[in-house]
Amino acid sequence: MNADSLVGRNLLSINDLSATGLAEVLEVAESFVEVSGRSVKKIPALKGKVVASLFFEESTRTRLSFETAAKRLSADVLSLAVASSSVKKGESLKDTIETIESLGIDAVVLRHRSSGAPHQVAGWVKGARVINAGDGTHEHPSQALIDLFTVRRALAERQGVESRDSGLSLLKGAKVLIIGDINHSRVARSEMLAYAKAGAQVRVIGPGTLLPSDVGIFGAQRADDLEKELANADVVSLLRMQEERGSGDFVPSLHEFSALYGIDERRAALIRPDAVITHPGPMVRGVEVSSAVADDPRMLVRQQVANGVPIRMAILFLALSTPGESLHG
Amino acid sequence: MAELIMIQGGTAVFDSGTRQVDLIIRDGVIAEIGERLSVPAGAEVLNAEQAWVGPGFVDLHAHLREPGGEAAETVASGAAAGVKGGYSALVAMPNTVPAIDSVPVAAHVLDLGRRSMLDVVPAGAITIDRAGERSAPMGELAALGLTFFTDDGMGVQRAGVMRRAMLYAKGLRLTLAQHCEDESLAGGGCMNASALSSRLGLAGRPAIAEEAMVARDLLLAEHTGASLHLLHLSTARSLEMVKAAKARGIAVTAEVAPHHFTLTEACCEGYDPLFKVHPPLRGASDVQALAQGLRMREIDAVATDHAPHAPETKDRPFDEATPGMLGLETAFGLTLEALGGDDADPVLLFELLSRNPARIAKLTAGDERRHGLSAHGGDLSVGSDANLVVVDPSTSWVVDRNQLASLARNTPYDGRTIRGRIRHTVVAGSLVLNDGEFTR
Repeated sequence: MNADSLVGRNLLSINDLSATGLAEVLEVAESFVEVSGRSVKKIPALKGKVVASLFFEESTRTRLSFETAAKRLSADVLSLAVASSSVKKGESLKDTIETIESLGIDAVVLRHRSSGAPHQVAGWVKGARVINAGDGTHEHPSQALIDLFTVRRALAERQGVESRDSGLSLLKGAKVLIIGDINHSRVARSEMLAYAKAGAQVRVIGPGTLLPSDVGIFGAQRADDLEKELANADVVSLLRMQEERGSGDFVPSLHEFSALYGIDERRAALIRPDAVITHPGPMVRGVEVSSAVADDPRMLVRQQVANGVPIRMAILFLALSTPGESLHG
Repeated sequence: MAELIMIQGGTAVFDSGTRQVDLIIRDGVIAEIGERLSVPAGAEVLNAEQAWVGPGFVDLHAHLREPGGEAAETVASGAAAGVKGGYSALVAMPNTVPAIDSVPVAAHVLDLGRRSMLDVVPAGAITIDRAGERSAPMGELAALGLTFFTDDGMGVQRAGVMRRAMLYAKGLRLTLAQHCEDESLAGGGCMNASALSSRLGLAGRPAIAEEAMVARDLLLAEHTGASLHLLHLSTARSLEMVKAAKARGIAVTAEVAPHHFTLTEACCEGYDPLFKVHPPLRGASDVQALAQGLRMREIDAVATDHAPHAPETKDRPFDEATPGMLGLETAFGLTLEALGGDDADPVLLFELLSRNPARIAKLTAGDERRHGLSAHGGDLSVGSDANLVVVDPSTSWVVDRNQLASLARNTPYDGRTIRGRIRHTVVAGSLVLNDGEFTR
């Protein structure tokens, strides 16, 4: 918990890292941004290492992003597509992990619909590092790191300073507003923890049925005046509103959710021009965000996707490094 | 089987207090009680020095899994686990496959029980297939000697169904036992609803899900005059309500399970499904309140909710794993500890583990026991059925999941040092556990 470095460690939760540990990932990612701009987008950092990508839940962007990251570091990628796997034949997660590990792997990137599955896998594997690529309604730490990284770069640009080597200073004191289904969102949990560790002031707003009973444990505060909060925010973080939540159990309809908490042009006009808007994607236009706002210049969703690769390169690189080895060499 | 047994040198625990006496057991009953009795010729002498001698324990809440779940436990293996835990009688929960909601299944379980090491009396289901809709044939089941009915594993969700079941049960002088959790509040949850469940991203089963049903059923019991037993209560608020209901004269009894007065929700932190149970492990203040409730006689019985599970149903993600944990072999020591260890009152301990549960299950000498089983939980007296246990309250042992008599391994106490060891268990006058070892 709260390690100052990800070197040689698992990444299961943002709580695994201290503020120093978070900053380390951002700095290493900065150095990998440049790799993505090269004509030969590959460095030999993880040559000979094997990364297993196990996605037990549908995901396109996260899986592609992790696998691209592993390949750019020259790791071999062993990708398990659940639809065609033995899991469909009734094999347990534990047996699947044992089978994959017997093939000789160095890291497991795991996406699972059950909260805590990566923690359990970390207890089952013998030597491999475990990277949580999103578990149930628990956490999605790599996404929060992407968001921190993207916001840090955007704020640096606005202030005309270098983001590289700025640590968490640009995020310190920033007013972050997270809107929507906090309770079922692994992105929201990881974001609240990460922004709070970075020293930001984190506030959340959403329907009472979609807020955890106590957001204080994530270092956040509950807010209730959306328009006032929008005007104050430096960072507005939108979350995907899952369709099934709008079926009448949690909110009466997606339409009502959109009317109360969706960001349309009128509400977007309240957000300061120098503020930024993030969204982990995929966006549902017309629900949490109107189409015009989705294309607003303050919206960083495309940068977030692009930054996915360097952040995940940094995570894999650090987790698969051995303590004492040079990191930036 | 006529056995001649002498229990020598122990502290006998009577309803009224303790005395240093020897006991002689002959032809299934206690034949003599007295100080320094001479050893009868041919008697098996059991050493009871530094130990308490009392009525065998009675568990109101054991999942024996047969029929249908024999990979996890059988009546025979569950009975063995019971004997090792000091029990002479178990109430077998009806959430088997098929459920104990018909005469053939109940008769089958009674029959399996007769061939086991101790007395087994099945609880009947309140509703067919425990589905909470149509009433099970409680009258036919009562004719076999069943007196205790529950849909345990699931509470009877609809108040109207529960009210009618109470009215019907009252006429037959049966007790309804409720698993109190309103699924519209608890549904989909897998641990206590709390700041911790928020952090872990696990859906919660809130205390209010239990308390709302406790409140509802106490009102229904008052309204119908039926006899109600509340299974595995887990919150301070539930206890408060039971206390108030008893003060109003409502015919209610309540049990708590050892895991609820020894373990907190913090055990779920590592997502180990061994700690998943319904109702869930709660916060420290509830755990303390339950232990306090035991000491204050606000709770009638300690019941294990012994819930064996095959490993493949536990080696799963937390939300998918089956709820429940083993309890029979560890209940005595954990209860002793909750009652204050060295300062524990042995009379209270036997009330909680034997006398009250025997009374609630209608297994005492005064009850009409149509299933033909012997009497349990009575005061130690000459002529009474010899269901006895000799327990050593000062010796410690370490729980080893691989050394359990249960077929299953899902104890949450593996590696824990527990003080209080079962030395001998006598069931219906036969020695079944001798110095911690089975006699056959």
